Amino acid sequence: MDVERGQIVTLIGPNGSGKSTTAKMALGLVAPDEGNVNLRDRLCVGYVPQKVSVDWTLPLTVSRFMALTGRIPVRQIDEALGVTGVSHLRNAEVRTLSGGEFQRAMLARAVARKPDLLVLDEPVQGVDFNGEILIYELIKSIRDDLGCGVLLISHDLHVVMAATDQVVCLNGHVCCSGPPIDVASSDAYRELFGTRATPTLAVYEHSHDHAHLPDGRVRHADGTITDHCHPGDGHHHTPETPQKFGATDA
Amino acid sequence: MLDDFFVRALVAGVGVALVASPLGCFIVWRRLAYFGDTLSHAALFGVALALLLESNITITVFGVSVFIAVALMFLQKRATLSADSLLGLLAHSALALGLVTLAFMTWVRVDLMGFLFGDVLSASVNDITVIYVGGAFVISVMVFIWRPLFAATVNRELAEAEGVNPDRDDVVFMLLMAGVIAMAMKIVGVLLITALLIIPAAAARRFATGPEQMAVLAALIGSASVFAGLFGSLEWDTPSGPSIVVAALLFFIVSISPLAALITQNRPSPIVDGG
Repeated sequence: MDVERGQIVTLIGPNGSGKSTTAKMALGLVAPDEGNVNLRDRLCVGYVPQKVSVDWTLPLTVSRFMALTGRIPVRQIDEALGVTGVSHLRNAEVRTLSGGEFQRAMLARAVARKPDLLVLDEPVQGVDFNGEILIYELIKSIRDDLGCGVLLISHDLHVVMAATDQVVCLNGHVCCSGPPIDVASSDAYRELFGTRATPTLAVYEHSHDHAHLPDGRVRHADGTITDHCHPGDGHHHTPETPQKFGATDA
Repeated sequence: MLDDFFVRALVAGVGVALVASPLGCFIVWRRLAYFGDTLSHAALFGVALALLLESNITITVFGVSVFIAVALMFLQKRATLSADSLLGLLAHSALALGLVTLAFMTWVRVDLMGFLFGDVLSASVNDITVIYVGGAFVISVMVFIWRPLFAATVNRELAEAEGVNPDRDDVVFMLLMAGVIAMAMKIVGVLLITALLIIPAAAARRFATGPEQMAVLAALIGSASVFAGLFGSLEWDTPSGPSIVVAALLFFIVSISPLAALITQNRPSPIVDGG
């Protein structure tokens, strides 16, 4: 899989399927057992991890949190906070923020670095439905402004961000991938999501040619059962998926 | 000025308090209090070893602390014991080993209480030189690794993704801690070093809005504790090391009292400038 400049790739899959591990490989935090990661030279990444807890002992304001790993010009901090709509929380203590405010602050600190690649691990976790729509809209506008590549991990197996260019479904390997289905024109989905959400959300239709059994083995479309699943082992009808992670220039 | 033993004690004590404060903040933030305790208990074994080998006490204590820290990192990866059991095992074994070794050396007459609870009143000009030269070195290294070390404290993966090397900084921090323990032993003794490290930092937390501010406040509170403790011990004829710790404790109690809440509430509130 590739993440190109200006492209949004959404990773989906069940718990423990390797979504976060894939994101960590792209960031260089985990070395891949197989295959390799190719990153563009001098790639600047912005990362929003899944769980960040700041406990009481750490005195940390939002603006200091922004400059965690390096000095950032004040103007750039203010700009980023403005983009994510949390300017008023500039001097607030990080631990007092609500779930939605904290995710926005996390996005702001990623944006302030002006990254080439933005890696977001479940950015809408712990955020209510309306907040989720707003954060997805925000991610899209960040992508449009910075022209960065976005690798986004979704907690939902079927509903993804409409601006996603490519959805990759993982479960220990790439199960299937493709663009999401546009639901904005469907009356049924408009009823389900509401008129506000429909342009922001999209549905991803899985097309698996194999099933994961509870014991970890894989049953293929032709009825055979194997211990592992490899794209090129003759069980699949789709062309081989290249085992490549990272961000490349468009 | 340094002719007077009391002035020397003040200068040495303030020096250690200044060096201990930024490290103490990290001990509080990273929950390393028991780790610090283990290293300082091991310092007594270092003292015994220095007397046995007739080597420099500060350097030997530093070496033993580093050895214990490395052993701890190794055992945590290998052993099946939990980290706190392992720390308890090492801390008290090292202390016991030190006491037993000292008892075997019948030919040396040691002031055991001086090592356990500190002997700041006997600080020499040489001790002060060691504290200020070593302290200046520790502080400059701390300034250098401050931002990445703090970033890794908040979130290790976030820091690593943004180009920080947390493993390197962890080792450097551990070496600095061993160094500060070797220096602080003279002031408050091996049993009370952790107190001098964490109590001023804990007292500073309530008033601090940023990590740098907390370190500076901890340094001020630590120095004030040294002053208050030493003058108190002069006034009431109490042991100097424990008096310094009691003074720090009083500052901590003030910091969690309603009095402190008044001070923090009167601070100007964050400016609301709208989105």
